[in-house]
Amino acid sequence: MSETAGNDTLHAVETIGLNLWYGTFQALIDVNIRIRKGIITSLIGPSGCGKSTLLRSINRINERLGYVRVEGAIKVMDKNVYDPEVEPVQLRRQVGMVFQRPNPLPLTIRENILFGHKIHTPSSSKVSRSAEDDIVESALRQVLLWDQVKDKLKRKATGLSLEEQQKLCIARLLPVKPQVLLMDEPCSALDPKGTEAVEELIWELRGQYTILIVTHNMAQARRASDECAFMLMGELIEHETTEELFVTPGNGKTADYIEGRYG
Amino acid sequence: MFDASALNIRNRKVEGLFRILFMLMTGLLILPVAIILAVLAWKGGSVVNMTFLFTNPTEGMTSGGIFPALIGTVWLVSVALLFSVPLGVAAAIYLSEYARDNWFTRIINLAIINLAGVPSIVHALFGVGAFVLFFRFGTSILAASLTLGIMTLPVVIVSTRESLQAVPMAFREACWNMGATKWQTIWKIVLPNSISGILTGIILEVSRTAGETAPVMFTGAAFFLPQLPQSIFDQTMAMSLHLFVIATQVPGVPENLPYGVAFVLIAMVLTMNSLSIAFRVYLRGRKKW
Repeated sequence: MSETAGNDTLHAVETIGLNLWYGTFQALIDVNIRIRKGIITSLIGPSGCGKSTLLRSINRINERLGYVRVEGAIKVMDKNVYDPEVEPVQLRRQVGMVFQRPNPLPLTIRENILFGHKIHTPSSSKVSRSAEDDIVESALRQVLLWDQVKDKLKRKATGLSLEEQQKLCIARLLPVKPQVLLMDEPCSALDPKGTEAVEELIWELRGQYTILIVTHNMAQARRASDECAFMLMGELIEHETTEELFVTPGNGKTADYIEGRYG
Repeated sequence: MFDASALNIRNRKVEGLFRILFMLMTGLLILPVAIILAVLAWKGGSVVNMTFLFTNPTEGMTSGGIFPALIGTVWLVSVALLFSVPLGVAAAIYLSEYARDNWFTRIINLAIINLAGVPSIVHALFGVGAFVLFFRFGTSILAASLTLGIMTLPVVIVSTRESLQAVPMAFREACWNMGATKWQTIWKIVLPNSISGILTGIILEVSRTAGETAPVMFTGAAFFLPQLPQSIFDQTMAMSLHLFVIATQVPGVPENLPYGVAFVLIAMVLTMNSLSIAFRVYLRGRKKW
């Protein structure tokens, strides 16, 4: 671990002794990780190593499966998300998720952006149309999509290109002002040009949001993240600055993986 | 070097043979439908006109029209739908969106399958016992429609559940991850995108319900009752039972009269079916994913 213990306001996400089971299979084993605020952290490791599971337990979406059991703590902004008084709806508002396959809702572009906003606004409080317009424009500008779609906001979002869809999926998280963005292989369904564009966008969002990216793409982890964590068989093996992890990996298993000896 | 060998030629012949065999089998399917329609139109078409549809049967049902039976069938089907659609759709939403795979859900699924397999005459007797006698509805539209409703319930549940599950999981995940509750997800995304399939299933149900005879004959449909029902506690005539009665129970009915009734009944059913197909095609055209 590269970071020193202490000052927790530095960290947006922290897991303490996190163990997770799917039925009888243990997917996470005593994971202790601290994700620093405002930077991009990538999670790498071979398939089935638990990186997606870790991501999905941070906003507690794993619970939907029903047979998941968790021990330990996950702190988001210093608050244990498993505390009984934590409302999952509020947690998911603060911790947004982007998926491998772009999954815009079968609504218009405008409705997609406003969807989260509407869910978190009581239906009694009327938001004016111009206020909604502002929300849509600001979100689309932040993901560098405004100029392409400003004339077709009423069209179905499912008609956009994959790259645009993925940017839209990021944009629709922004109106509810999340702290953390979780991204589960956000570029793996895109072509190289789309990958580059979305990576650029993620870099653009750096600083405003804490971003945690799961990726299979070593080159992507290397060029588009500040810190990098390597997981293997449910355990966190190493967590360093990206440069350090790739240039001087502290663990033999990390070195084997990044040099392509398994995975 | 690419010439056909003896084996190739033999295989090709066998291939052609089977193709024709399967095509003929498929063609056979159309035959009964075509014959039924042709016979009905030929023998019954001549009696069907506006007067036939909108007047009462006369002279001991040996002449006149079918108006009370037509209206009665509309009553029976509508009340049955009022009962089976809300219940069936709600159950389907629960099973598709909320229920986890455990012993309770499995028992419910088993019950639905078994309910679908119960013969209609057994439903009829259940209806007599439960609605006519136990709940004291008497032989009435209410009792008959509840019996029809229970009979169609499993089909409504199964078709609705299939429509719901045709909505991609990714949409639900997107909603949940933005903090939407299950109900918000169902209301804003799942239902709007499955409503065409749900309605199609319901319309097909209507056409099946309209033709059922056994479940209504002991529970609410009358042999002969020229006045129209005033409420759901009245008895009524029904197309299906009327057909059965004039075809087998009443002497001296002219031959083409039952054919006429059957023709109207089947026309109702086919109209409903075509409507549901047209509707599905229209809604599917608007869907994009």
